[in-house]
Amino acid sequence: MADLRTTLAGIRSPNPFWLASAPPTDKEYNVRRAFEAGWGGVVWKTLGEDPPVVNVSSRYGAVSYNGTRMAGLNNIELISDRPLATNLAEIRSVKRDYPDRAVVVSLMVPCREESWKAILPLVEDTGADGIELNFGCPHGMSERNMGSAVGQVPEYVEMVTRWCKQYTRMPVIVKLTPNITNILVPARAARRGGADAVSLINTIQSIVGVDLDAMAPMPVVGGLGTHGGYCGPAVKPIALRMLGDVARDPEMAGLPISGIGGISSWRDAAEFLAMGATGLQVCTAAMHYGFKIVEDMIDGLSNWMDEKGYASLDALRGQALPRYVQWNQLNLKFKTIASIDQDACIKCGLCHIACEDTSHQAIAKIRAGDERRYEVIDEECVGCNLCAHVCPVDDCITMTPQPVDGMQTWTEHPNNPMRGQAANAG
Amino acid sequence: MDQTPDIAAARLPGDVLARNFADAHPPLTANQAVSEAERCYFCHDAPCIEACPTGIDIPSFIHKIATGNLRGSARTILESNILGGSCARVCPTEILCEQKCVRNTQDARPIEIGALQRHATDWQMTHGGQPFTRAAATGRRIAVVGAGPAGLACAHRLAMHGHDVDVYDARPKAGGLNEYGVAAYKLADDFAQREIDFLLGIGGIVLHPDHCLGRDITVPALRADHDAVVLALGHAGVRSPGLAGQDLAGVASAVDFIAALRASPTKADVPVGRRVVVIGGGNTAVDAAVQARRLGADEVTMVYRRGADHMSATTVEQEWAQTNGVTLRHWASPTHILGADGSVTGVAFTQGAPGADGQPVYDGLSFTIAADMVLLAVGQVFVADPLDGSGVTVAGGRIVVDGGGRTSVPGVYAGGDCTPGPDLTVSAVRDGRDVAEQIHADLMSKPSLQKA
Ligand SMILES: Cc1cc2nc3c(=O)[nH]c(=O)nc-3n(C[C@H](O)[C@H](O)[C@H](O)COP(=O)(O)OP(=O)(O)OC[C@H]3O[C@@H](n4cnc5c(N)ncnc54)[C@H](O)[C@@H]3O)c2cc1C
Ligand SMILES: Cc1cc2nc3c(=O)[nH]c(=O)nc-3n(C[C@H](O)[C@H](O)[C@H](O)COP(=O)(O)O)c2cc1C
Ligand code: SF4
Repeated sequence: MADLRTTLAGIRSPNPFWLASAPPTDKEYNVRRAFEAGWGGVVWKTLGEDPPVVNVSSRYGAVSYNGTRMAGLNNIELISDRPLATNLAEIRSVKRDYPDRAVVVSLMVPCREESWKAILPLVEDTGADGIELNFGCPHGMSERNMGSAVGQVPEYVEMVTRWCKQYTRMPVIVKLTPNITNILVPARAARRGGADAVSLINTIQSIVGVDLDAMAPMPVVGGLGTHGGYCGPAVKPIALRMLGDVARDPEMAGLPISGIGGISSWRDAAEFLAMGATGLQVCTAAMHYGFKIVEDMIDGLSNWMDEKGYASLDALRGQALPRYVQWNQLNLKFKTIASIDQDACIKCGLCHIACEDTSHQAIAKIRAGDERRYEVIDEECVGCNLCAHVCPVDDCITMTPQPVDGMQTWTEHPNNPMRGQAANAG
Repeated sequence: MDQTPDIAAARLPGDVLARNFADAHPPLTANQAVSEAERCYFCHDAPCIEACPTGIDIPSFIHKIATGNLRGSARTILESNILGGSCARVCPTEILCEQKCVRNTQDARPIEIGALQRHATDWQMTHGGQPFTRAAATGRRIAVVGAGPAGLACAHRLAMHGHDVDVYDARPKAGGLNEYGVAAYKLADDFAQREIDFLLGIGGIVLHPDHCLGRDITVPALRADHDAVVLALGHAGVRSPGLAGQDLAGVASAVDFIAALRASPTKADVPVGRRVVVIGGGNTAVDAAVQARRLGADEVTMVYRRGADHMSATTVEQEWAQTNGVTLRHWASPTHILGADGSVTGVAFTQGAPGADGQPVYDGLSFTIAADMVLLAVGQVFVADPLDGSGVTVAGGRIVVDGGGRTSVPGVYAGGDCTPGPDLTVSAVRDGRDVAEQIHADLMSKPSLQKA
């Protein structure tokens, strides 16, 4: 049984699965249920100053794709709408009863030193294990110069992080917004401010769809809509890329990362860990299926690690990172070509029409009477993988790497006008 | 064999009869339709399209269901097959489109194309009405004889092209076998007539019921005052097995039994035996047997002279018969029908076995099955008498036509069951549509016969 115990910025939890700061961690009732279900930790729903914010009714929009519900989720809710004292009392009570679980408190107060100085001791007093600075909320709070309005200005990120380090002994996790051009800029600012860890990503600014009857963006609130924050399975690729960029950055070396964004299964979790995450946070998957899904996340991850021989999370962490490189380091001499398993082929013709209409005309359609046959024309195939992706049958179209004759990257390629000059990005 | 014949109506209470003859396969809900539609791969060069005699663009209409474009979906269906609603209910999809679905190979469960087709066409008939309009009037007038699927599909397409159409039928109601042949639970809730109303919504079609070719009208007379004549006569006769005793009371043609049943709104006035023997192995035999059971017959035995694989009823239909409590017996040939006091008491059979060439070899062993009703379903035939003197060539029991549906007489066309080819509703629709296109092409390349 692989060891799933996790320590992130000194905060210990029995497994890496924490619930992200969001409705699942909004109050004691939910958090107790989560801990009973097996979650390793929670980041409490973001607390702000009193008086509490007011949330709208009609809060979520979702993208359903081909029958799959909530492939992406969008929300327009704000931070906790309950009095600060209520939250603090509940945090204290939960932490007392679950000393082995991580209880981190997410915070968002105005960008003034006194505000932070005032709230930090109150949180510390609950016995919480750490704080997470919500520099990510992309709607509602940002218009009030909080949330992503702070996260988008590296100087503010650094400044607020520094205040927090100054006024509390609790570990400080800085939660980054993806609504920027280069994730490294705010990440490095957090490190300069003294952060003990960063977490990413928060939600992505989005309009999830337009209600064509109400003629308003969704979710519709009394006839009007606003942009919200996007999360769930659809954002996982964006999160993985930002995670990889931060994790491989030499300036960030050694700073732990809590990976967030679309994690729905143990497999997603393994991918985040392999790309350099130390801990994990989940929101949408729990909102979709309830807390019980953590069972399979824990069980599946540990079975897979046993199978692969990873004894602990440390052994797994960052394993894919050395192979995450710039485009101009890829070998242009590598070639792979499609091959169709004729026995598995169901003759849907999708590979042919995809290649014929939109790729390289490398799949021939052969008709003999009623019989259909689709064959790869090896010489025409550029190895783009499109056919293998559109094929509805598992393992029917496989990509076969060809023998490689040496190594040549773009940096060395004769077509590169900048060849010989300083390395250039492809 | 000395029991008194027991044939009676209303063997079951009215509510049970109503249930037994209601829709056998209720429609998909909106949710079911969308999730089924989403299973479709939207194949390129889709095999299902080829397997549909009318060539409906199946992946397109299904995709439109998935996206919530039901109006577009129905139009895609109806532009190939104006009787897409009844075809959705009566087509043996297991040997047509669904048999060729690529999903069979992958997970042995084809897309439910028929049920989806019904979903879209039902929507159109409930919400959309007639989706097509007529081209500018051509001033041409065409006579169609036979208001079955072939004749109606032909009339609709002709009307779309701007021609005026007179449709004649010997029966009081239009619809052909959709109205008095197909099993009641396949076209429940008076669907056949609702579909005809929908079809006639195009305009330009005049129905002339109770007009029998050969009695009230003739081909030469119709030809004289129309620009073209279409023969869509179906099969007006039934094949006779030529058995001793087949004139006994209680022996009937399965087609007549079904016609009486279809004509009855409540089914409570249709007499049925307690023990029924059905002779035959096709669609008609299955429909007669199942409906006899659903009317309340205790024992229904369907006897076919060869094996299950040789039956023209599909496997799905044979299973449907069995699910309905019909006993199937194979490799048995009737020798004569037994009777007493002028009424049937049973049927004598000789038992056979498959011979080397697949034909039955009878070993002389015989058995009898007691019955108070015997339904004969050994095939329907085209009756050529109404064509006497018209010059229309008939060969092999069907009207001879070329690839465009032209008969041996110029200006006279034919399609549907009365011409060679499979006897299916969907094939009849295809014939009717194609004949209309041929007539349109032929007429528009010649000056008008009727000077306006
Ligand atoms: C019992 C039974 C069940 C069937 N079930 C199915 C099924 O489930 N699925 C399926 O696909 N197919 C089924 N079929 C076959 C299908 O009904 C036919 O293939 C189809 O109806 C043929 O259409 P048609 O227009 O050619 O002929 P018909 O539907 O037979 O129509 C011919 C029309 O011509 C009229 N007519 C005939 N002679 C004259 C005349 N002399 N003067 C004027 N009018 C005349 C008739 O009254 C009739 O209205 C079934 C057939 C039978 C008998
Ligand atoms: C309804 C909702 C409310 C959220 N509220 C907060 C919040 O108060 N503070 C915060 O830091 N993140 C908030 N988030 C963002 C999540 O913590 C998380 O970063 C994001 O949903 C991505 O993870 P996921 O793809 O697993 O959902 C919220 C997300 C949702 C769906
Ligand atoms: S989940 Fe449904 S019932 Fe519950 S609060 Fe939201 S809208 Fe209301």
